[in-house]
Order: sequence, then C-alpha cells, then structure tokens
Amino acid sequence: MGKPSILSAFKAVKFLFQKPVTLRYPFEQKEPAPRYRGFHLNDWDKCTGCGNCADICPNEAITMVEAPEVEPKPGEKNERPQLDYGRCCFCGLCVDICPPGSLRLSRDYFHIHFDTNTFVFLPKDEAKDEETFLPPEEYSILQASLTHRRKDYEGFSSHPDFTLFEPERVPMPQVSPEERRLSFVEQVLGYSREEARREAARCLECKLCEDACPAHLKISDYIRAIYEDRPDEALRKIFEDNPIPAICGRICMRHCETACSLSIRGEPLAIRWLKRYTSDSIVDYREALELQPAPTTGKTVAVVGAGPSGLSVAHFLALKGHKAVVYDALPGGGGMMRIGPPAYRLPVESIDKDVAYTASLGVEFRFNTKVGTDVLFEDLLNDYDAVYLGIGTTSSRSTRVKNAEKCHLALDFLQRNKIGRPVEVGKHIIVIGGGNVAMDVAREALRLQHIQRPGQETKTMTVSLEDWDEMPATEDEIEEAKEEGVEFNPAWGPKEVVLDDSGEVKGLACKKVKSVFDEAGRFSPSFYEDQVMLLEGDMIIEAIGQGPDFSFIPDAMMENVEFTERRKVKVDEDGRTTLPKVFAGGDIVNVNLDAVTAIADAKVAAEGIDRLLSSES
Amino acid sequence: MIPGSQPTDTDSERELELYFGPQHLGMVGNFSITLKVRGDRIVEATANPGYLHRGFEKLMEYRTWMQNFPLVCRVNVVEPDSMEMIYAMGVEKLAGLEVPERAQYIRSIYLELARVGSHLFGLWAYSNMLGFDTPAQWAMYHRDLVLDLFEELTGGRVYHIYLWPGGVRRDFPEGFKDRIVETLHSIGGCVPDYDSTFFNNRLFHQRAHGIAKISQERAKALGATGQVLRATGMRYDIRKVEPYAAYDQVDWEVPTREEGDAYSRIWVIRDEMIESVHMIFKLLDAMPGGEVYNRVPNPFKWEIPPGETYVRCESSRGELGLYMVSDGGDKPYRVHFRTPSYPHGLTILEELLKGASIADVGNTMISLYIVAPEIDR
Repeated sequence: MGKPSILSAFKAVKFLFQKPVTLRYPFEQKEPAPRYRGFHLNDWDKCTGCGNCADICPNEAITMVEAPEVEPKPGEKNERPQLDYGRCCFCGLCVDICPPGSLRLSRDYFHIHFDTNTFVFLPKDEAKDEETFLPPEEYSILQASLTHRRKDYEGFSSHPDFTLFEPERVPMPQVSPEERRLSFVEQVLGYSREEARREAARCLECKLCEDACPAHLKISDYIRAIYEDRPDEALRKIFEDNPIPAICGRICMRHCETACSLSIRGEPLAIRWLKRYTSDSIVDYREALELQPAPTTGKTVAVVGAGPSGLSVAHFLALKGHKAVVYDALPGGGGMMRIGPPAYRLPVESIDKDVAYTASLGVEFRFNTKVGTDVLFEDLLNDYDAVYLGIGTTSSRSTRVKNAEKCHLALDFLQRNKIGRPVEVGKHIIVIGGGNVAMDVAREALRLQHIQRPGQETKTMTVSLEDWDEMPATEDEIEEAKEEGVEFNPAWGPKEVVLDDSGEVKGLACKKVKSVFDEAGRFSPSFYEDQVMLLEGDMIIEAIGQGPDFSFIPDAMMENVEFTERRKVKVDEDGRTTLPKVFAGGDIVNVNLDAVTAIADAKVAAEGIDRLLSSES
Repeated sequence: MIPGSQPTDTDSERELELYFGPQHLGMVGNFSITLKVRGDRIVEATANPGYLHRGFEKLMEYRTWMQNFPLVCRVNVVEPDSMEMIYAMGVEKLAGLEVPERAQYIRSIYLELARVGSHLFGLWAYSNMLGFDTPAQWAMYHRDLVLDLFEELTGGRVYHIYLWPGGVRRDFPEGFKDRIVETLHSIGGCVPDYDSTFFNNRLFHQRAHGIAKISQERAKALGATGQVLRATGMRYDIRKVEPYAAYDQVDWEVPTREEGDAYSRIWVIRDEMIESVHMIFKLLDAMPGGEVYNRVPNPFKWEIPPGETYVRCESSRGELGLYMVSDGGDKPYRVHFRTPSYPHGLTILEELLKGASIADVGNTMISLYIVAPEIDR
C-alpha cells in the first residue's frame, strides 16, 4: 500500500468523462431475470383448487376463494387462490408446493394505486385473462399494474426436481411375478410400520380425495393418524364411513387416488394400501373402536345380501339400535367379495375379520339362506319393519355365440376356486373379456395351470372387444397379468366356439373389431366380418359382465319396481325403491359397480331406513 | 451559553445528555445511542436498541420448519444469505440431512458473493459517513451488479430465499459461471480507483487512524469477532476454525491487521473482499457436477426429532451462531441467534465511545460494521 496522499483522490476526475451507469427510468428499463419472483400467474385449467399454496404461505397472503365459473369435479375444487399483495413476500414457497405446477411468478412487479383493495388480486394467466395480459405493443410501463401486465413474461416457476412435495411413492413390497403365479399367495405384502408412516407423510391434506370418494371417507384425518403412529385412531376415522376396511384396503377402486393432487406430477398417495395397513395392524377392532350401539329400538330390518352394501347397512343400522338380519346364499359374508376377487388379492380371512366385527355389534347373519327359495321375499316384507336389497350382480352374462354353452362362466369359475373345489383347467385357456373380472379369471386360470399341470406347456389368453387404450380393466391389473404371462388379443370379438369331432372345445373363432361404441358413445360393437382368426384352446371362460338376479321378487311385485334409463333400480334420496319399505343400494343401484360406492349407498339407505323407522314409533 | 459570553468552569464541566439517533444523519439503521457528554468529550455512552425489534425468534416458534425460511433472512437485511445458511445448517444438523457436494460449492460461492455485496454496502456506509461521496456511489453501483447476479440465480435481489435445508433451491442457470466471473472482474478492475480515492487517501487516514482503537485482549474479552477481532491481529475466522460448505476445499487466506482501530478494520474489509473474489474463482474451477438438492420431507408433516444444536458460520460481520431446540414437533421449540453486531453494537461500542469526541460517534459505530436489525431480532 502506497503512502496516503491527499492528491490521489483526484484521479477520480476521469469518471466525469464516462457514460453514467444510472438508468433513466422509465425511458430506460432493466429487464428482470428469467427467474424473477414478481406477481403471480395461475393456469386455471391446471389449478385444482387444492389450497396447498394457501397452507404453506408464511404470511397468510393467499386465500382460497370460490370461483363460480369452475365446475367442481373429482380432483378439482371450484376454488382458486387469491393473493393479498399487502402481505406477500414473494418467497415462492407457493410455487414450489403447487402440485400441478399451475402457480408461477411472473417478472411484473409494478402496482401503484390509492385504493388498497386493488392489492387483493385473483391471479390468472394470459390463457384466461386477455384484458390484463397485453402484447408488448399495447403494454406501457406508465400504466403498469396488477391489471395491466405483460404477456409471455414468465418468471420463477415450478421445477419437478425442486418441488416441496415428494412425487414418489414408498414402494409396496410384492411377491415377484415368477413366484406368485405358482400359487394363490397374497400378492401384496403390506407396508411395515415405518413404510406406512413414510408414505403417510407424503399427504398434503388438500382433501381432494375426500370429495372424490363416493363414501367421503375422512382420508386426510386417518392418513395423519397413521403418520402420527396412531393406527387405532386411524381405524376409528375409517369406521365413521366405512365398516369394511380390510376388504376395501385390498380391492377398493381408489377414486381417491385418481383425484390425489400428488398424482398430477407424480404417484398418488397409496391411500388404499394405508387403509389396508390400518386394518391389518389392529388385531382386534373392538378394542380399538369402542363403538357402542344405541339402545335397542325394537325395530327389525332384513338385509338381502352380505356384500359390501349389505354389511355396511347392517353395521350402520346396528349402531342406531335397530336389529339387522342379513341373509345370504353363500356360506359366509362378503357377497361378491367372497367369490370374486381371487385369494391372491383378497384372502377370505380378511373378509371374515370385517364380517366378525359387524356381527359383534349384534347383527345376525343367516348364511346358506337364499331369499326366494329358503325364505320367501314376501315373508321378509311381512316379518320386518324394512327390507334392504344389496343383492349385487350375481349372474354372469354369456356371449351367446354358437356353442357358447360349452364355455365356463366367470363367476362360477371364480367361486369354485375361492371357496369350493377348484376347477380342472385345460392346457390352453381362452378368457373372453377385457374387464377386471376377466383379468381375475385369466390370472386364476394361469395359477391353476401351474398347480395342476406343472411342467407342461400351458397358455392363457384373453380376447377383448376393446383395444389397449379402451380396455376397462385397470392399468395395474393388465400390467400384472402381463407380468405373470397372460397373453392378450385386444380388439377381437368372439364369432363362434369351434368344436372338434367329439364335441369338445377346439378353439374360438374371432373377428376383428371395427369399433366398440357407436357415435353416441353407446356400447354397440361393429366388426370386419372378413377378418377372422381361430384361437386354439381347450377351455373357454366368458367374463363379459354380470347382471342382477331379481327372480326372488314375485312377478306381481316386480311390476312395481321402477328402473332408471341405465337399467338400475330407481331409488330416492333416502335409498328407497318404489316398493313400500324396501330400500336398495350397491351394484343394482349405482353405475360404478364397486365396493366403496356400495358403502356410500348403504350409508344413505341406513339414514333413510332410520328416518322411516323413527317416524313410525 | 449566551452568545458572546465567556465560558465559565461550570459551563464546560456541565454534563449533557445527547441523543444520537434513531433519526440522525450519522446513524445507519434504526438505532440510537444515548451519550453523556462534557464539552466535546463523551463521558458515557449507552446503546439503545429496540427500534427495530420484530420478534423474529418468537415468530419462528409459530412457523413450520420450511415457513421460517422467508423469515430468517430478514434478521440481517444487508446480508440475508448467512442467515439462510445458519438456519439451514441448524435444521440439517437436527434432522440429520445430507447436502450434495455440488450444493456445498454453490453455497460457498453464494455466501462469498453475499460477503462481497455486503462489504460493498459497508464501504458505502463508511465512506458516505466520512463524506467520501464518490467511492460511496461506486460501491453502491458495484453492489447492484452483485445483486443482479443474485437476481439471476435466485429470482430475488435482496431477500434471496435460496439456501434450503438439503441443498439449494435451484441449480445455476445456463452460463451463470461466466457471468459471475465477468461481474467480479469488472468490480475488481475498479480496486485501483477505490484505492486512490479512498483507501490511499490521506483524508481517510487522518480521519480513521487511531479512532476507536481496541486491544486484542479487550476485543476477545468483549466477544468481538469478524473484522473487529481480525483488525487486532487475531487470525480467527469460522470458515477456517470450523469449515462448513466447501470452505475447506480450496486454499485461501484470512486477512488481518495489527492496529485494532477504525482504519485497520476498513482495510481488513477491503482485503477480505479481494480474498473472497479469489476464493469464488477457485471454487468455480473446483465445482463438481451432480445434484444440488436432497428433497426434504413434506413441509406440512415435517417433524424433526427432539434435540438441541448450536451451529455457527462466518457472516460478513463475524461469528454468526444459532441455537435451536426441537421438541419433536413441526416447528422449532426455541430459536436464538448469536449475531456479531450484538457485542459489537452494544458492549464494544459503549466502551470505545467512552472518552471519544462527538464527531467520532458515527465513525466508530460504522467502523464496527454494525447492522442494527441484527441486534434487534
């Protein structure tokens, strides 16, 4: 360092002749950086109204407000975030938590106004608000405000590697395809305590799932209880709306997971497996639940069918103090659940766990009792104060092509394998159908081939009218069936069952499908009659759908049963049919044809029955 | 005193109470010193903080671990980045989080840029206070160039909210390395100008030499760190003593001076700025590729195991510490910061002002490099 001099400072004089560095605003402007954190942008088409932005905001600057122009639907609320720029600190936490990535920040940052109310703003983006977002030629910095902004001026936006939510699911331990196809061992092994807590920790508690669930389970509450390691509290929350968690924890159709906000840019929360974890981790429901039925009312209700809706209605009625008696033709509870889902997905022990708890509340079960033959429907109407029909769809449909009587029917096949003597299967099996039941049948058939014909060259194929993209079975089912070795023939329709000289099944003649649905979207398959093929096989199973069996209702009474346009039993908002004191729910009422919708119907009907019975006394 | 009359003994001996700040031209920030003066000499000085108290430590007990990020940086307005660093370090230590190697380098580069920006701001404050308006304007302009870099990297100019637990919030943008080098070269090119107008200016020497002098022993006894301590000849820097981020990955020096007065403190700041720029160049060269962020748990359900921790880093002003307790919940149970301005702005300032002239109050205070919001938090 030189000797301090008083004259050295005069060297700065040279700066007098340099261009000033100051910008002459507003004539000269500085372009904000591409990541600039300015005012918000929100893509209303992507936004689900989940409200995570409002929850994370440290300044409570974001409020979710109703957006009347948005139609609420499963997975989307009609709410959108509203910003208060008097509070916002532009930290961008809202951007990094946003599950769909719809909320971004722009590079605009100017708003000057005398009215503080204008600082409260509902952000949209140029796609929805052309008045605010202007092209450069119409934009003027002198008018810049929250309602006068630049188009295509994106700033800080969400990045999949830096989100605050965890997009990946804790993997569910499963038996490998090679191993599981050799037996009926349960495929899914279930989460451990630590895995369940880790998975539950992913939940953002936006409750989109609860709106989407037909039975409106308090999902975020029980997920939080699992996270807090209180499975008994989780079970109590589940039981408020769903009395068969061991069943639903395995086979639920997961409307919730489709709606889960994490599913938009990642994997949905494993809500079903967490429910399964809850029911499995509690040995005795009674100790955990401590549910006390109301004092008995002396009223009695006959429940026809011990499936999900029958079990649920009996459970809810028992809690209200009514005596429920459940009739079912099968030797145990569960209805279609007992015979339909193969043991590798839903073991009988899990069903019995749920049924036993319902029985412990005072519900009486009369198994092996078929209404219409062992007990008459008219007698039920006379003997009970109300009757609930939860009969489901129990008769398999047939393709009715030539020689179709030589085929096996899906439900008989599944029932015998699960609770009877397993069917002797052929070497080459053809399953007709592309739905979940067809997948169950094909995967069971494949297992039976491995068990009954070890070491032999065997084959299981499916034939479905629908092509890959429109196949009704869930993606998981199709994927797992493929892993196990099931072969698929999509977009082929059955023409006739071909027999050999001795009258045994030789194969299935198929024709190429032109389209499955007509222009109005109705099921009306059309074919290329000239494109045919023969699938060779010695056993054919039809799994193309099931229908209800109302034969137990006397014809005179049946005339009074009204149906909807979609051939469903018509019920009012109390679940009441057009027959006096007869209520109904489940597959004969709803079009979803799944367990959780049946439970939802049962909840409605239980309230309706309770109202009817209370008004009588 | 009546104009025109002769001073009497009693007049000159009389003690007056004088308020320096919070509204005063020589005062930077909302801070006040109550002075007892006799004539031109200060008999006693009482630092009077509290004008900027925002209750951050208490507020943090009511916000989740993640929500505290936009808050913690506001403790030190001039250099928010080391506040982010200390909080991230605390959370990482309590929660047992790992930080990717590249993120460690980015952190160091980011913190050194912040140091340069903060020192330029300090240089503005000091030279401006002494009346050196020209270098003050340059320093402000050069600080703005550093803020441009921050804007490009983080999206914010002053509050960057960039350094998360688990790493950093975004990777470098395309070509950002080159722009760091370019900007630092253009600032570094002006060092001769700064030297000739300010550091080697006789007026600065006259004005600062021997002012607010503290011995190494007293500095240590009163809890001084940073430039205040280093200007007394002690080579003490947390980046060397207890290296964090990537500070142990490259070679660099800790600049010191021996005199312990205002003049040497400002020279330490100058040398440190230059050392930081060199360090950034070395870090940029050595920086590896790879991930920059290990995802933290869902912020709505993030609970940190019970425990307490003390972590420290070298902010641009000295040792910055954080004591934090978790009771196993989703929010901190207790947060307390050890900010360097606290001892510098209270105990040391009071001691150094004793016997000083009124004209040197601002000089003393700013040479101690105090930032008032750090004292009130």
